[in-house]
Parts: sequence; C-alpha cells; structure tokens
Amino acid sequence: MSNPIIEAHNVCFQYEDAAAPAVKDVSLTVEAGEFVAILGRNGSGKSTFAKLLNALLLPTGGTLRVNGLEARTEDDCYEVRRSCGMVFQNPDNQIVATIVEEDCAFGLENLGTPPEEIRRRVDEALLDVGMAEQAGASPSMLSGGQKQRVAVAGVLAMRPRIIVFDESTAMLDPVGRRDVFELARRLNREEGITIVWITHFMEEAALADRLLVMDRGRVALAGAPREVFAQVDRIMKLGLDVPEMMKLAARLRRAGVKLPEGIMTVDEMAVELCRLK
Amino acid sequence: MLKGVTIGQFFPGDSLIHRLDPRTKLLATIALIAIVFVSQGFAGFLLIAAFVLACCASTGIHLKFLFRGLKPILFIVLFTFALNLFFQSGTTVLLQLGPVKITAEGLRMASFMAVRLILLVVSSQLLTLTTSPIALTDGLESLFRPLEVVKFPAHEIAMMMSIALRFIPTLMDEADKIMKAQKARGADFETGNLLQRAKAMVPLLVPLFVGAFRRAEELALAMDARCYRGGAGRTRMHQLRFKGIDALAALAVLALLAAVIALNAFHVW
Ligand SMILES: Nc1ncnc2c1ncn2[C@@H]1O[C@H](COP(=O)(O)OP(=O)(O)OP(=O)(O)O)[C@@H](O)[C@H]1O
Ligand SMILES: [Mg+2]
Repeated sequence: MSNPIIEAHNVCFQYEDAAAPAVKDVSLTVEAGEFVAILGRNGSGKSTFAKLLNALLLPTGGTLRVNGLEARTEDDCYEVRRSCGMVFQNPDNQIVATIVEEDCAFGLENLGTPPEEIRRRVDEALLDVGMAEQAGASPSMLSGGQKQRVAVAGVLAMRPRIIVFDESTAMLDPVGRRDVFELARRLNREEGITIVWITHFMEEAALADRLLVMDRGRVALAGAPREVFAQVDRIMKLGLDVPEMMKLAARLRRAGVKLPEGIMTVDEMAVELCRLK
Repeated sequence: MLKGVTIGQFFPGDSLIHRLDPRTKLLATIALIAIVFVSQGFAGFLLIAAFVLACCASTGIHLKFLFRGLKPILFIVLFTFALNLFFQSGTTVLLQLGPVKITAEGLRMASFMAVRLILLVVSSQLLTLTTSPIALTDGLESLFRPLEVVKFPAHEIAMMMSIALRFIPTLMDEADKIMKAQKARGADFETGNLLQRAKAMVPLLVPLFVGAFRRAEELALAMDARCYRGGAGRTRMHQLRFKGIDALAALAVLALLAAVIALNAFHVW
C-alpha cells in the first residue's frame, strides 16, 4: 500500500553565506498521489525545500530520495528534475520562449526528445491545461493565470510524477488563482500526479490531503488540515493565519457555543450553526 | 507612451516568400547585397529594384514598408550624394559656381552611390518584413551551427536573442509602470533640455535594471528546473527543412546575379 515518492531523512540545507541553515532536519515521507500543502511565514524555508526536491539545490546534510532517486551525479539531477517538475511564483519569469507551444516544448527539447514525440506531447499537454487554442500566441498577450497554465503544460509535457508549486498563485487575480489551483487538484485526482503545494492562502491549504507548517527551517506541524488548523493558537504563534471560519469557531467556542472541531468552510459553519439550539 | 512598440517589423502572412525557410531568406539576402555591389551600372540597379519590388508585391505587404527603413539613413544618403557630387573629379563640367563645380562624372558617381545605398537597405528590408524574429533566430543558429567546432557559441547567441525577444514586451510594460509611478510622484520626463531629460531617466532606469537582474536570476532557475544544459544534445520541436520553393528562390537569385553580370559585361550604362 505504502508507495513513498518523496523520502526525506534529516535533510539540512545551509546557503553558503548564511549564518543558520535554511532547512533543518526535515524528515518526511510523501506517498505517490498525495496532495501536500506547505505553509509557513516568509523565510521559513519553503522555497529552499522546494528547490531541494527539484535538485536545484543539493542537501548539505541528510538524505533525500525523490522518485526513488538520490541526486548524486549530474545525470541523476536531471532525472530528478524531469520527474519532479516545478512551477514558480512569477508567471513572467519562467516562460522562456516567445510562443506558447515553443515554451511548452522547452523541457523536452532539453532532454533531447525526438521532434515528432515533442510535437505529440506538447499538443497533449496544452490540451490538458486548456491552452490548446493559444498554442501559437505570444505569452506576453496572456493573463497571469494563463501564463501559469502554460508553465504547468511545460512541466506536464515532461511527464513528471511530482509537481511542486512554489506560491504559483500568489501573483494572480482570484479567477486565475482558482483556475491554477483547480488544475493542480485535477492533475492530482485524475492523473495521479503527486502535488506539493506551497502557499500563503489558508483556503487552498485547507483542501490538501496533508498540511505541513514550516518554521525556521523545520517542520513545526504536520497532519490533516483539520487537525492542524484546530491548533489555532499554535498556528497563530507560527505567524500564520487560520481560515476565517476556524477563527470564528474558536471564538464562538470560547464564548460558550458548543461547536464540533474541524469547521473550515462557510458552508460547514452554516450547517453546524443551524444544528444548534 | 511605450505601449504598442513592436519588435522588428514582421508582417505575418502566408505568401511564397513567407513560407521560405529562414536560412534561405538569410542567404538570399546576403546574396542580394552582394549582387548590389556587383552591379556596375544603373541598368543592373533597375533590374535589382524590379526584383525586390516584385518580391515585395508578391507578399501582399504594402510597398511603402520597404522604404520605411530608409528614414534613419536618409542623412547618410544625402551626405554621400553631396560628397560625391562636389568632390568627384571629372572633365565634363555641367555647372560652375566659383570654386565649386559639378561634373557629369560627379553626378553619375553621386547618383550611383546613393542608389546603391538605398538598394542595400531596401533589399535587406524584405527579410525582416517577411520573417518572424524567432524564425530569424532559428535560421541564424542553424547557419552558424557548423562554426561550433571552432567554439563559436551559436546556440548560446541564439538563446540570448530569443530570450531578449521574449523579455522586450515584459520590460516595456515594466518601464511603463515605473514611469507612471514616478509621474504620479511628480517626475517629469518630457520637458527640459537633453541633460535634464537624461537625468529624469535615472529613477526610471535604476528600478528597471534591478528588476531585469532579478528576472534574469529567476529565469535561469526556471531553465535549470526544466533540465536546460546548453545546446549539446538538444533537439528542436520545429525542424528547419529546405523545400522545393527554397530551391526555386535560390534559382531566382542566381538568375538575377547572372543577369547583372551580363549587364556589366556589355557595359550597359
Ligand atoms: N540564495 C540565498 N542565499 C542566502 N540565503 C538565502 C538565499 N535564499 C534564501 N535564503 C535564506 O534562507 C531562508 C529561507 O528562505 P526561503 O526562500 O526558503 O523562504 P520561504 O519560506 O520560501 O519564504 P517566502 O514565503 O518569502 O517565499 C531565509 O532566511 C532566506 O533569507
Ligand atoms: Mg518562497
């Protein structure tokens, strides 16, 4: 049953000129097909951890296996990067080519895939993310959400088993944000791609299978979103917010209203409040 | 103010010339430039001009765009014309005003040089009008590929060019935003003498450059994340392929060359 795709044992990473490690003793296992969200205040090491997963950085301590591979040699690094794609925060700064489909092909071209195969996979990937109609467009004409979908297509074309989204919705408008988040959820559900979703939005994190909260390079809290968010005080102490409804529930509880644990959405709150009396 | 700036002057289309392989167009343009230099007389120039105009007409692009590129070099054309007109020595004096005299040889030389310059610009214009910048980049990369054995960085240069093309609109947008932000704070970019205006650009350029470096860093990371490792072992989705029309184009250019050489030989004009 257990089919771990990311295995981290005491992973540490320290930037060369830094006084303290950015990632400290992180141990965790991610199962294939899981949707894992990572929260944490600015500078808590989320992006550093993401780059370790993608072999853009190599651990300075501990072991990290991604898709069964530890990035030791250069070739292993490229294999890790292929199997673990990455979508960054700024949609403008990760699109390389001047035409959507060319950008989508970039990764496969780098891998030396034959042209016909690239063509096929690019068409598939663009269709998958709903950008097939814009295949010939210039990325500068697209909205932020569309650019992020192109970035996802570029990663998808390489047939990864994991996709890491590093605050990929942070710069988008609400519509684009929902689009990209829903896309990630669908890829997770329908294609079984493992998703690591780094975010500052509690509402997104609440929908993950599992939630990790990072603080000063360590995993401070981990578990199902409901369990994690239930610890309202600890979360606040880690410099984070909890979903509005959890805050409201906590305040109502303190005021003597008897509410069950784990209310996260407006709908759930409405149902529970109607059940009172 | 910076909106609507287009890069290059490419007119998308589906004509025969549009569909030529970019390498063919590059080589043909070089050949055309050479033919302009080969021609010794006006008859040759006339032939070349007819050839270029016919090509342009066949693409459906308005002829006036051919001459757009002349604007920046108009001064040079006039200058060479005047220089040749007044200083070319000759025997047949047409006009004498004190020490200044205009000879028939001078007039011929001046016109010859001016027409040659104009033709050079106009015939290279055809290339940029009908070839997208990205196709041009691909064509250049492919043409310079053989030079990689002598360590010429063909792939790197092409990559740099295409990234520059990709980021020009982005940086334009950014410059526009910064400009508006500075204007809202009372900056003035439009009045004052050259020095004052240059000074006013500093608060625009500094954030623009800082932003560009940050972008470059992030882009490099994103390229690494997608397994980029230089040109070695890289394939392309779009393969450049010579087709029948490319051979046809080559023949047409060769025919033009032959005709111009013939005209030279018979000393027509
Ligand atoms: N290139 C670098 N060189 C040195 N130190 C760095 C570098 N990048 C990040 N750091 C430091 O490492 C720590 C973790 O940074 P990281 O970017 O991983 O945080 P983050 O959780 O992604 O933050 P944010 O929410 O702002 O994106 C921070 O203290 C940061 O200052
Ligand atoms: Mg970050």
